[in-house]
Amino acid sequence: MAKEEVKVMEGSISLPYRWALGPVFTKFFDEFKNKKIMGAKCPKCNRVLVPARKFCPRCFEELTEWIQVSDKGTIRTWSLITFEFSGQPMPPPYIIGLIDLDGADTAFAHFIGGVELSDAEKVKEQVKIGMRVEAKWRDKRQGNIHDIEYFKPI
Amino acid sequence: MARAVAVMGFGQTKHGRRNDVNYQELVYEAVKVALEDAGISPGDIDAVVSGSMPAPMEGVNAPHLYWSDAMAAFGKPSIRVATCGSTGMSIAQCAFYHVASGFFDVVLAVGAEKMYENDPQGTMETVADPFFQRPFLAGAPGVFSIQANQYAYRYNLPEERVREAAAHISVNHHDNALDNPYAHIRKKITVEDVLKSRIIAYPTRLMDICPSSDGAAAVIFASEEKAKRFSKKAAWVKGLYYTGDEHFFGDSDKVVWESAIIAATEAYKMAGIKNPRKELDVAEVYNPFTFQELIFYECFGFCDRGEACKLVEDGVVLGGGDLPCDPSGGVLCTNPIGATGLIRVGEAALQVTGRAEARQIPGAKTALSHAMGGTDQFNGIMILSSEL
Repeated sequence: MAKEEVKVMEGSISLPYRWALGPVFTKFFDEFKNKKIMGAKCPKCNRVLVPARKFCPRCFEELTEWIQVSDKGTIRTWSLITFEFSGQPMPPPYIIGLIDLDGADTAFAHFIGGVELSDAEKVKEQVKIGMRVEAKWRDKRQGNIHDIEYFKPI
Repeated sequence: MARAVAVMGFGQTKHGRRNDVNYQELVYEAVKVALEDAGISPGDIDAVVSGSMPAPMEGVNAPHLYWSDAMAAFGKPSIRVATCGSTGMSIAQCAFYHVASGFFDVVLAVGAEKMYENDPQGTMETVADPFFQRPFLAGAPGVFSIQANQYAYRYNLPEERVREAAAHISVNHHDNALDNPYAHIRKKITVEDVLKSRIIAYPTRLMDICPSSDGAAAVIFASEEKAKRFSKKAAWVKGLYYTGDEHFFGDSDKVVWESAIIAATEAYKMAGIKNPRKELDVAEVYNPFTFQELIFYECFGFCDRGEACKLVEDGVVLGGGDLPCDPSGGVLCTNPIGATGLIRVGEAALQVTGRAEARQIPGAKTALSHAMGGTDQFNGIMILSSEL
């Protein structure tokens, strides 16, 4: 395969978006601003789904019963991200995780923070599946997922 | 009742960094080989099914329009099918439906990707919804690494044991790729190389992960009558299924992974397979990450839950084992994503027709091909056999 003589044309596509939240996510983030994490309970399977949503994806029932779940929970799983890519939310290293919030039947995706990130071995000592964590809320909250900065070990 | 469907031709490009050709030329290369392999001309094709990853990957939207000329699609029904990583399998299954339904006799299935033309992880991250998940599901390595950690924890497996089993999978597949002239990464590596390669997303290391590749694949599906007329080397589709989990990653279990289990169970049922470990001769498991392949072994019934490391330690799934996986080198050594699932189908067809050359599993008659897509959301399986 030729390497040097090939021509490559450079370009980029940058498009702005306006993503409608819909009434359910709007309400969720209004409550989020007040440091409340809301789930919705399915009348058929009785699961509390977090984040709250309009319908249960398994039963297809409309969800009208809202239940506040805890901002504390247990780490279901996690990973230390050390690679870079376009559109990344922050420069690595950082930790992503799934957290089983107390009172919820589904896991909530967020960052895990408040730990020393300098190397993987140190992270492994500080972050474990099954470990208890709580939300670190920002002082200034804007009604989006980043109103929680990260979940930190309790 | 659905009609019998055969794979009667397969073509793939040399995969890797292919900036020697543009996107159309890459597709043309694979289609041309598939037509020659089937011994048919473009006029024999009744319909075209094609697909790729989300179009921002290459920056040309609705790329089946751009590829149209290179797929001999002029004047023919043409449809795009795209389900992220499982796109290639969805293309194959859609082409199957076209023929099985009786509407079309000969259908061309095409998948392609040019991953060197953009930052693939940047595109992949946008597969997640923008409100809740996108910042936290860090491209493919992030999603698959949280799954890997969960797997080891679930069965209380020592991290070292899981890492070592994963490393053996990587070494085996890299060895296999040396026998595959189309593979992207063709390099002899050792277990130590894998264990010492740098962490990308803990616990996943560089050599646990597939490359990003440019490449295309084309598979020709045909009715029994056409396959028998044109082809002396048809592989028959005996079973297939495709299914998904919910969109939110935290809604479902990714260790006892329902979509993977259901896809396998239903495909086996259709193919009349009761004991996959005994009845399958070879499997092309979609394995962009070594750890994920361990989970698939369990979901596909190759072993009991929590026993996948033992399957590797006993050599069952490695070269020379009872159920060798990914003799092509698999996704781990070649991953032009839109084509990847279709390559699994094509490689399985080569195996059951005894045409896989240096990577042939001797006497293979029944093969499983598989692909997975989205943020661990979809799984699809197609079983191919030498017998109708």
